[in-house]
Amino acid sequence: MSQLIRMDQSGHTTLAEWSVEDQRSVDAALAAFRAELDRGLFAVVSRPGGEAEQVRELPLDAPLVILRRPIAGG
Amino acid sequence: MTDVSLPDVASSPGTPLPERAAVHWRRQVDELVLVRAGRRWTAVTVGHSLPLVAVSGFLIALNPVTIPVALILLAHAWVIPGLYASRGANVLRTASPANADAERTALGLLGDLVGHRERELLADTGLVLERGRFGIWLVGQLGAVLVVPGGRRVYCYCVKATGDKLPSGDRIAHLLLALRSDEAGFATVANLTFSGATWRLRRRLRGADRDALRAARAVA
Repeated sequence: MSQLIRMDQSGHTTLAEWSVEDQRSVDAALAAFRAELDRGLFAVVSRPGGEAEQVRELPLDAPLVILRRPIAGG
Repeated sequence: MTDVSLPDVASSPGTPLPERAAVHWRRQVDELVLVRAGRRWTAVTVGHSLPLVAVSGFLIALNPVTIPVALILLAHAWVIPGLYASRGANVLRTASPANADAERTALGLLGDLVGHRERELLADTGLVLERGRFGIWLVGQLGAVLVVPGGRRVYCYCVKATGDKLPSGDRIAHLLLALRSDEAGFATVANLTFSGATWRLRRRLRGADRDALRAARAVA
């Protein structure tokens, strides 16, 4: 089961969980993903080996997709 | 102090950080830009201090009665570089904490993003150690310190996740994920607040941050 989570005031919130065999869960995850990107959040997939990849489409095979806020110089 | 040895992780070649668009006028940071920025910081520091030292020497040579004034000038020459280093140390300060549940949840996620040894350092110091193309990064809640290979020079960057009331673990996780996505973009978006000798920064850090800097320098 893959997860879409958003880092927020609560620590993080799970917005969707999906399995590629379950189309309804995939559709729900896609809708949640697009809604959060439209709000201005960015999506990141953490890869094994300490890499991270910025994504614009929901990678259905990723076990965990994290939504983060923009960063800015202080 | 926690002993940390990191795997040699190459920087991710993925999509550039979208936040770069907000600072499109800045030249993208690379090794050359870093070296030049470091030299510029050194030149400015010397430029501020050297005239004070020279004038104090001139005053003493002119007339010993001016020694008190010369000493004041020398004190200024000593304090000014320290103030710059203090500005750099501020990037590792902590923000006000969120509620305990949120902090626990955020730390759980952050712990999952880092390796075992980095998790130990995080528990001890509140900072995350991350190897990048430019050197070793110490990532905090409100900024990051880059220790270049060899460990003699540091670059202090002020950068944070936008919006208020994020738990401390999430603040770090935001910066860590952005750094891992695009290291050059991260250094471009962040504001450079200090660059100089590692020992100058170390003198201005609190105990736990000093330990983290020592760990970073050991693997740089």
